[in-house]
Amino acid sequence: MLVQKHYQNDRIIPEKDIDNCGLFGVMDTSGRRFGGEMAVNAIKNMKVRGNGLGGGFAIYGLYPEYKDYYALHIMYQDKNMSAKRKTEEILTENFYVVYDEEIPTDPSVNVFSPPLVWRYFVKPQKNSEEANMADDEYVVSKVMHMNTDVDDVYVFSSGKNMGVFKGVGFPEEIADYFMLEKLYEGYIWTVHSRFPTNTPGWWGGAHPFSMLDWTVVHNGEISSYGTNRRFLELHDFYCTLHTDTEVMAYAVDLLMRRQGLPIEVVSKIFAPPMWNAIERMNKEEKELYTTLRMVYAPLLMNGPFTVVIAHHNEMIGITDRIRLRPITAGAKGNLVFLSSEEMAIRRVCPDLELTWTPAGGEPVVARLNTQDHLKSLNKSI
Amino acid sequence: MYSHLLSEFTVQRMDDRCIRCQVCERQCPNGVHEYDKGLDRMFTYEEKCVGCQRCVVMCPTKALFVRSHPSEYRMNASWTRDKFQNLKKQAETGGVVLTGSGNDKPYRIYWDHMVLNASQVTNPSIDPLREPMELKTFIGRKPDTLKINMDGDVPKVESELHPNIPLASPVLFSAMSYGAISYRAYKSLAMAAKEFGVMFNTGEGGLPVEMRKDYASNAIVQCASGRFGVDQDYLNSAAMIEIKIGQGAKPGIGGHLPGEKVAQHVAQTRMIPQGTDALSPAPQHDIYSIEDLSMLIYALKEATNYEKPVSVKIAAVHNVAAIASGIVRAGADVVAIDGLRGGTGAAPLATRDNVGIPLELALASVDRRLREEGIRSKCSILAAGGFRCSADVLKAIALGADAVYIGTAALVAMGCTLCQKCYTGKCAWGICTQNPYLVKRLNPEITSQRLVNLLKAWSHELKEMLGGMGINAIESIRGNREHLRGIALEEWELNVLGVKGAGE
Repeated sequence: MLVQKHYQNDRIIPEKDIDNCGLFGVMDTSGRRFGGEMAVNAIKNMKVRGNGLGGGFAIYGLYPEYKDYYALHIMYQDKNMSAKRKTEEILTENFYVVYDEEIPTDPSVNVFSPPLVWRYFVKPQKNSEEANMADDEYVVSKVMHMNTDVDDVYVFSSGKNMGVFKGVGFPEEIADYFMLEKLYEGYIWTVHSRFPTNTPGWWGGAHPFSMLDWTVVHNGEISSYGTNRRFLELHDFYCTLHTDTEVMAYAVDLLMRRQGLPIEVVSKIFAPPMWNAIERMNKEEKELYTTLRMVYAPLLMNGPFTVVIAHHNEMIGITDRIRLRPITAGAKGNLVFLSSEEMAIRRVCPDLELTWTPAGGEPVVARLNTQDHLKSLNKSI
Repeated sequence: MYSHLLSEFTVQRMDDRCIRCQVCERQCPNGVHEYDKGLDRMFTYEEKCVGCQRCVVMCPTKALFVRSHPSEYRMNASWTRDKFQNLKKQAETGGVVLTGSGNDKPYRIYWDHMVLNASQVTNPSIDPLREPMELKTFIGRKPDTLKINMDGDVPKVESELHPNIPLASPVLFSAMSYGAISYRAYKSLAMAAKEFGVMFNTGEGGLPVEMRKDYASNAIVQCASGRFGVDQDYLNSAAMIEIKIGQGAKPGIGGHLPGEKVAQHVAQTRMIPQGTDALSPAPQHDIYSIEDLSMLIYALKEATNYEKPVSVKIAAVHNVAAIASGIVRAGADVVAIDGLRGGTGAAPLATRDNVGIPLELALASVDRRLREEGIRSKCSILAAGGFRCSADVLKAIALGADAVYIGTAALVAMGCTLCQKCYTGKCAWGICTQNPYLVKRLNPEITSQRLVNLLKAWSHELKEMLGGMGINAIESIRGNREHLRGIALEEWELNVLGVKGAGE
């Protein structure tokens, strides 16, 4: 994500990917860390939602021992060692690297053309010109530099105390390959199973998409892609991966990370209420929603989508305004689930206490140490 | 009459059907039909016929046919009939050949070379009869982003907002001035705009005072080079103000309303003496450069307390993209682009048929330039000139227009048959005339309903096509060229349009 390149003409922009998918997320709002068993079994139970051309996981609370350092998961295509050398020169120039290693994999798992994936725990090492730059922006700019300027390099994730593992294969194969169930624990797990209709397998193209500690997994085909893309270009995001998820990820980055808008507002930009619903609101709400729709009209995500967004302390699920892609929420104790299908939740949590279908454009927000996810229960269908 | 010219039309009367009722004689303002009481016979002066078909549709026994005259000069690809005839007219008079309506030459109509997309399998199409489908559009400057602060759980918008006007559907009535068209035609547009929740444009002829209470809130008032009818109240009564720099039918020249059309009420509305020619200069004489335009934009904003968006309307000419960028930087909230096929009440034929570029290309390049410069959100784009159906409208929006102006289409809905004789003031349909006998042919109660029906029908069709693409709000198609493909176009044309070829 965030590979910037400007196209001379709309005509030569390549066709975008079309994919339709399964997704699942689970969070323990008490912050208790747990293994990958639920995520893996749930997505395995929605096997037909993917076709084996992409699977991936985002895990939060992954590296408590390095929680103050940016954890970079970097993929080297075709195990290109000169790309690794170049990348490590960039890293040592711009960061203090406190620890690095190859991400362990199980060679007995048969996956398609695996790249070399390495992790680095780093702290910014800014020169005098960059001294005033916020750490996050600094990391973003370096990640973009590596993604754009070094061939065969792609940064899976770059947040603190989290990481993304993804690749070409069914998600359970990716989990086995990276030995997720054996090696890792986290308080949020999100997972994605992909069903692309027109893409060659590329490990970087699997979900989740990530920048800093923000991750997006997405199921949908956004019919407003062209409109969304050109609005994001006005804000210096150039879409180069040509997936709907990319515009979704950039829009999240622009509105939530850069502008700091809460998801309760952002969801009303992506999936706004209908004008005739706005007409019936009280004066203040009417003014707010009219303004949001007027100014952010180009960020309305039109067409079917369901997305699970996560960053530290928060997991969010939201579906489009007329609910063309499924999402179900569930809860038991401190556990909150989001899933494409209810049976996947029931498969991993048979004694579920609550389950509900969120309304279009109404976010389910699971926040650490709160019961915020229950707010969407009142508005559910 | 001109000597040695072939008639343009021939009029055939089937004598066994004709009942000598003389309806045709009364209906024709050009004196084509004449009844001789002594002989009990109808005479026909076909050389006067403009082909408006009024007599044909009014004839109670369907006894009349009007068709192109069968006489022909020797075939000549270079010296076509109209070149021949126009030259002969000029040889006789030494004058400029005048015409009305829009360019009728066979320049490529790009709308007919672009096709729209629809959903299949990977996403569902949406049925507008069963699901909401939204066409609401806002015209005006928008901030790039909003600054929102949270007051506890309640979001508060902190950004300063610019005035915007809401439209129920992205189709507005283009500038047609009172004076050029009749009061009844003008009022029909106002009534329809109000009823449907869109806007009509006053053109440069002012807004009659007695109409302001009911219709000004749906009016875009023009400030053109003649400044006819412009005063404080005119500006402040309106929803939006438009500075007219140019017109697609006649880029580079001004307007000419002959004194005969300046009747008492027209004179009063325009604030000029009755019977004087209302000539608007070719340029605005206080705008000789872009900084002058900026001063006029801000003068108008000052005069209206920054409560109205200000539009600048230009004709589509060769470097339209750079001009539009300058206009936005000069402070305009809206840029209206009028293309090669835009209509007019009167223009020199040479200008109408040869000056300017097609709207489609102009629109695409303006939209791209404004995006490249990062100023696209600072303005809305209104596209005008040659919209014939809802599909044209949707394609224009996909190319980047916020909404479109229709002029000719609205006239046709009122009865116009594009005879191109608007400049004679003898419109048989009562639209483009001030002759009280002809004007009575329009009843605004009825005509405005025809216009409302037109807007309703096009809106339904827009919804159908949007739904087919799996989109349920018009803003999601705006500038969305992914949903367009070109057919039978050269590569340079596809590049200018920013559209892939079909199958690409």
